[in-house]
Amino acid sequence: MSKIDRREFLKGLSIATAGAAMTAGGISLKAEESAKSFGTMEYRTSKTGDKVSLLGFGCMRMPTEDGTRNTPVDMEAQMRLIDYAMEHGVNYYDTAPVYVGGKSEGIMGECLSRHPRDKYFIATKMSNAWGDQSFAASKKMYLNSFKELKTDYIDYYLLHNIGAGVDIFNKRFMENGLLEFLVKEREAGRIRNLGWSFHGNRETFDHILSLHDQYNWDFVQIQHNYLDWNHAGGRNVNSSYLYQELASRDIPVVIMEPLRGGALANVPETVAKKMLERKPTSSIASWAFRFAGTQPKVLSVLSGMTYMEHLQDNLGTFSNFEPCSSEELEFLERIAKEMVEFPLIECTGCDYCMPCKYGVDIPGIFTHYNKCVREELMPISSADDNYRKLRRAFLVGYDRSVPALKQANHCIGCNECTRHCPQDIKIPAEMQRIDEFVERLKQGREF
Amino acid sequence: MLRTIRIILAALTFTAITLLFLDFTGATHAFLGWLAKIQLLPAILSANVVVIVALLLLTLIFGRIYCSVICPLGVMQDIIAWLGKRGKKKNRFKYSYSKPKTWLRVVMLVIMVISVLLGTSAITALLAPYSAYGRIASSFFAPIYALVNNLFAAIAERAGSYAFYPTEVWGKALSVVIVAAVTLIVLAILAWRDGRTYCNTICPVGTVLGFLSKFSLLKPVIDTEKCANCHLCGRGCKAACIDTENHKIDYSRCVACMDCISICTHDAIHYKPVWGAAKKGEVKVDAGRRAFITTTGLLAATAASAQMRRAGMARDGKVVPKDNPAPETYITPPGSVSHMNLHKKCIACQLCVQACPNNVLVPSGSHDRFMQPKMVYNETYCRPECTACSAVCPTGAIRPITKEEKASTQIGHAVWYPELCIPASRRHSCNNCERHCPTGAITMVDYEKPDGRIVKVPAVDSSKCIGCGACQALCPARPVSAIRVEGHEIHHTI
Repeated sequence: MSKIDRREFLKGLSIATAGAAMTAGGISLKAEESAKSFGTMEYRTSKTGDKVSLLGFGCMRMPTEDGTRNTPVDMEAQMRLIDYAMEHGVNYYDTAPVYVGGKSEGIMGECLSRHPRDKYFIATKMSNAWGDQSFAASKKMYLNSFKELKTDYIDYYLLHNIGAGVDIFNKRFMENGLLEFLVKEREAGRIRNLGWSFHGNRETFDHILSLHDQYNWDFVQIQHNYLDWNHAGGRNVNSSYLYQELASRDIPVVIMEPLRGGALANVPETVAKKMLERKPTSSIASWAFRFAGTQPKVLSVLSGMTYMEHLQDNLGTFSNFEPCSSEELEFLERIAKEMVEFPLIECTGCDYCMPCKYGVDIPGIFTHYNKCVREELMPISSADDNYRKLRRAFLVGYDRSVPALKQANHCIGCNECTRHCPQDIKIPAEMQRIDEFVERLKQGREF
Repeated sequence: MLRTIRIILAALTFTAITLLFLDFTGATHAFLGWLAKIQLLPAILSANVVVIVALLLLTLIFGRIYCSVICPLGVMQDIIAWLGKRGKKKNRFKYSYSKPKTWLRVVMLVIMVISVLLGTSAITALLAPYSAYGRIASSFFAPIYALVNNLFAAIAERAGSYAFYPTEVWGKALSVVIVAAVTLIVLAILAWRDGRTYCNTICPVGTVLGFLSKFSLLKPVIDTEKCANCHLCGRGCKAACIDTENHKIDYSRCVACMDCISICTHDAIHYKPVWGAAKKGEVKVDAGRRAFITTTGLLAATAASAQMRRAGMARDGKVVPKDNPAPETYITPPGSVSHMNLHKKCIACQLCVQACPNNVLVPSGSHDRFMQPKMVYNETYCRPECTACSAVCPTGAIRPITKEEKASTQIGHAVWYPELCIPASRRHSCNNCERHCPTGAITMVDYEKPDGRIVKVPAVDSSKCIGCGACQALCPARPVSAIRVEGHEIHHTI
């Protein structure tokens, strides 16, 4: 137990230190604020000829008075962020009626109306998935956006979060005549660009994209980052597919979740080390942003920036923007594979799981696996130049550290061990994953 | 000069063939495997016409250089004889001409032919020179090689290198070791004292080639005009085939080693074309007692053989080692086509047993397929990516097979025993056999236990099962697996 206590203590300590560092950064910032120069912001052109900044300001989260989500938005901090962004060339602001507990549009109306209307583009959404989906209620939500944002036209209007199913889409937009109404609004000029944001399955995506001939989508917003490019988890679709389908129809793409919910700003130590070795002065997050902005049909990359440091870091990334080279794209693809397929197993070797009734050397197997991941001895792809060498090292090392009779293929999944694990590792699942990987190597399958 | 060339070539082939038996990694099999396939008896058994014709032509042109260069057992005897000749000068010229024992040679050849035709594989295996060498190499040389390898592996492990990994050291079956030991001892005594006695009295390959070499184009010939009757050549001839009194050489026994040419101080022996058969040396009856002892010795070893438990298995205090009963129908490797094919063609050289990286192939102790390989799935199984045994077999007992063909060759089928199965007889659920089945032949189905509880147990679709043994080897029931493979006498194709 003393071990855990110490870890908790260290965790607390590091958070405190980080907090102190942050404050210090904030103080020093004020002195050099105006002096900071980031170069020229990258702009991309929309269908309507808008010059849109590649860095878009996401307004789903905002700074709060004590840094938690439970307190009101710190208006002063938010205004400073928006002013600062505006001053450095950010002109795309993405909000929605449902963000920040329904307050986002109103706050953005306050912040943006201090600037000339032709200096920025507003993106907001039809968020009728939450609540009443009737035409009347939806139209009310639409009209309310104008009021909240203090404007008489919306530059980018999105059908919010569609993709969970064709029938749901039909219910929200087709059967109630809402989409026909929004198309007429576009004709009337109150909506300058009409598009949709997508989370969901391929079937729905294909269906809604097939309506392009009829409705002429002006843009589409997708989840895109170097993990989702080829390794979209769960019910999501690989963004390589989404992007290519859109690009082939010449539809500009707005990117959301470029950090996949923050995961790509806080990567495993080994991954961070590799990135820092390549670009010692660039932040870990900047890799994800550069990846997101690399594809030419990307109109804007949304980042929800609640700290000035994040905004400044992003301004640095998107000014004098440097797209990823093909070699860097390969590097990120390898990293993605490593993160998705070969995550470290949090085994501390406490041996509480042992002895296994079926003779499996659980900590031994995890130790070998983790060692290979940490020391970059993992054969990540059978196409690698050093694949044969790494494969041999993994298999020979496996036999060395764990006798054949105690290896992962002897785990029958009885689950007796799992309840003893203080780290809550799903041991049988991890055993099967490692066993499957060993089989892949032994059988020489391509991957 | 000719002798030097012969020695260099012999050293090369001998080293390479030995390496073939020593190499457990499979690295050399691809480019040295042909050396086993150009051996005469394997070529005959696998009906490899090209090799047979080439070897016959080789002998008809050059004499029995096969015996001096290609046959590893012949070269091994030369090495032993050379060791026996070192030291005092009288040792170097200790041989003398002996009368041919043609009757014994013919009897041995007849026995061999009959045993090949009848498929009495044990006799074929005992008489075949290449397989005799294979057993010696795999029983005595391979363990030394493995020990050295394991030493390197231990050093490599300490140094954090992956260049070497440890392997099993000891032979797979005591029977093979005993047979090999008796063969080696008898051959060593014969070769040490009298050179090529075995080759010219017992070896059926030597007899066949000896018959041809009588008619060979190139032969060593004694020039009687230059010969000073010093008898040195006859005393230096390990084949004991130079009748110096009559200036005759028995070409059926001459293995074209070229020693006599080097020995002759009067330049009286030349290797040159001779048209037509030379006259046979005189035949006198001389009971081949030593040869008799050799054969009886070999046969005695057969009787004394016993199956040895596989050594070197990783034993663990908590894990009970597997000890499965033998299947009712034994299992033969993919590519062997049928029990009959393997049985008839296998000369028990042990090359496949040595080549098997998973230690699945072991020599049989059964008298009717003595020392021939069979498959045993205890802790290991016939892995889907491996075709090593089929690639090395020189006789066609195990025919070459691709991974894809192997995946659709049913060498056996799995049978489930509910009383041993963990989910059916104990409280844990398990689907290890299903998860590891490479062909998806196992599905988990509902099963009502005696207490009324419904659990999932494996059911085998024997139309998909190829008998690889993954289920048997990875079954957690110990010491006897709850799912075990029964062999097929004739392999099926899916």
